[in-house]
Amino acid sequence: MNVLTAPFAYPFMMRAAIAALAVGVLCAAMGTFVILRKLAFIGDGIAHASFAGIVIAYLRGSNYYLGAAVVAVLTALGIGFVHRRGRISMDTSIGVLFTGAFALGVFLMSRQSNYAVDLESFLFGNILAVQQRDLEIVLGLTIGVAIALLVLYRGLLSTTFDPVVAEASGIRAGVYEYVLLVLVALTVIIGIQSVGIVLVAALLVTPAAAAYQLTKRFAPMFGLSMLFGAVSSIGGLYLSYYARGSSGATIVLFTTMLFFLALALRSVRQSAARRTIHASSPALSK
Amino acid sequence: MTAAVDARDVEVRYDDFVALDTIALRVEPGEALGIVGPNGSGKSTLLKAVAGLLPIASGTLHVFGQPPRRLPVGSIAYVPQVETVDWSFPASVWDVVAMGRFPRLRFWNRFGAADRAAVEHALDAVDMRSLAHRHIAELSGGQQQRVFVARALAQHPRVLLLDEPTTGVDAATEAALREVVRELARGGLPVLMSTHDLESVERWFDRLMVLDRRVLAIGTPRDVVEGGAYASIREHVHTHGHLRLDHEPHEAHAFHPEIHP
Repeated sequence: MNVLTAPFAYPFMMRAAIAALAVGVLCAAMGTFVILRKLAFIGDGIAHASFAGIVIAYLRGSNYYLGAAVVAVLTALGIGFVHRRGRISMDTSIGVLFTGAFALGVFLMSRQSNYAVDLESFLFGNILAVQQRDLEIVLGLTIGVAIALLVLYRGLLSTTFDPVVAEASGIRAGVYEYVLLVLVALTVIIGIQSVGIVLVAALLVTPAAAAYQLTKRFAPMFGLSMLFGAVSSIGGLYLSYYARGSSGATIVLFTTMLFFLALALRSVRQSAARRTIHASSPALSK
Repeated sequence: MTAAVDARDVEVRYDDFVALDTIALRVEPGEALGIVGPNGSGKSTLLKAVAGLLPIASGTLHVFGQPPRRLPVGSIAYVPQVETVDWSFPASVWDVVAMGRFPRLRFWNRFGAADRAAVEHALDAVDMRSLAHRHIAELSGGQQQRVFVARALAQHPRVLLLDEPTTGVDAATEAALREVVRELARGGLPVLMSTHDLESVERWFDRLMVLDRRVLAIGTPRDVVEGGAYASIREHVHTHGHLRLDHEPHEAHAFHPEIHP
């Protein structure tokens, strides 16, 4: 029992666990829509684009996460705009916008002779350094995005499955697309605190991809994805405590392991189903 | 009485290409209108324009007296061709048909008994209730088409638009869809449907339109079938299949000059 409770004797671990749980569940919920819209690239893209916001915030002397959030949201809106107006695929639009924003960050940084931002914590996350104020911001944003998801759930679902029919029925698929992009941008920024720019895409994509292996219906996929997100965050945090490794990396490793477990389980179930069909239809096995 | 669909001199363009030219059309409530024409004749474009999915370059297009996009949510049900969606989406037949109710629900409304009844009724209408819990990827093409129609029915729309719902479906599905269309029209719903099936139009529709970017003929199926425009389209389809270069100018149809009434 002590093994389970020991890490949380430290207040910083308790704060980290709460933040990781919120981030894991939120990313996994958003990820369900992200992978079904075939936007797996977007988490990576927005995370990299936010780097420009961090540099601009540093130059202006303002909050880094606020800077990252502003640039992430603007990039998300730009991705939607370029996709629609430029008549190019969303992936292409993401590719154009995120590299442009990232290059802006690199350019601005290259003009500075001294650069004091702790880049490592943005690149790889540092959830153990979450302060009370950070936790409040993470929880506030998580609750806000969660409420938006709850309110927009049906519209997001129908525009994800069939945007053309939804649009014809009067559900504004374009508006939902922009809203989803903004929610993803905010989610990514929350996730950066946990696992960093480099790995945040995994929190968005992997739990949902794992859930997709195990169910053929959306609602259970949505629920399973959030469960996998929660288990990965807490499990990864425990692992990092006892293995003395990077918390962000272990969280992502944990969720990757869950994905392969789900993949294996699906293969086992498919094999069993095939055996049942052959057993009940002897002609098939000849 | 306000027309269900009232189009006057409608022109729709894809950049410089005129997809629909000076379309005039009036469809009354309770009327089933069939739209025939070769590939690239603008059948789908016309349905999408009525659905408010495409902007019109000139003219006016009203559905129940208003531009399509100003209608209350849920007014128009559009049934596209089945290949427009990803059938590996995690959804059962029930889930997809239930999405037809979403335009009718505000976020604070629960998906209640009336919604479930609407879904069940729609599934019964296309004879798909027994497959309600099957994953959509496990359906045949005809069954997928029925699911799309059921989703539209569950919406309880004021106008139903069907884009070639009989393409590639089995005879049973075609008969079931025809019965649905006739029943809906009898109940007062206006139905606009494009089709490649030129053989049984009289059993489907109250009126028939021959389209080739312009309205070449419109009237009762019997009148249109006996007219030159329909015969030419039929000959064209028999001779060329459904193939035609989409950007072939309308005026260049010298091989069936008699199609202009």
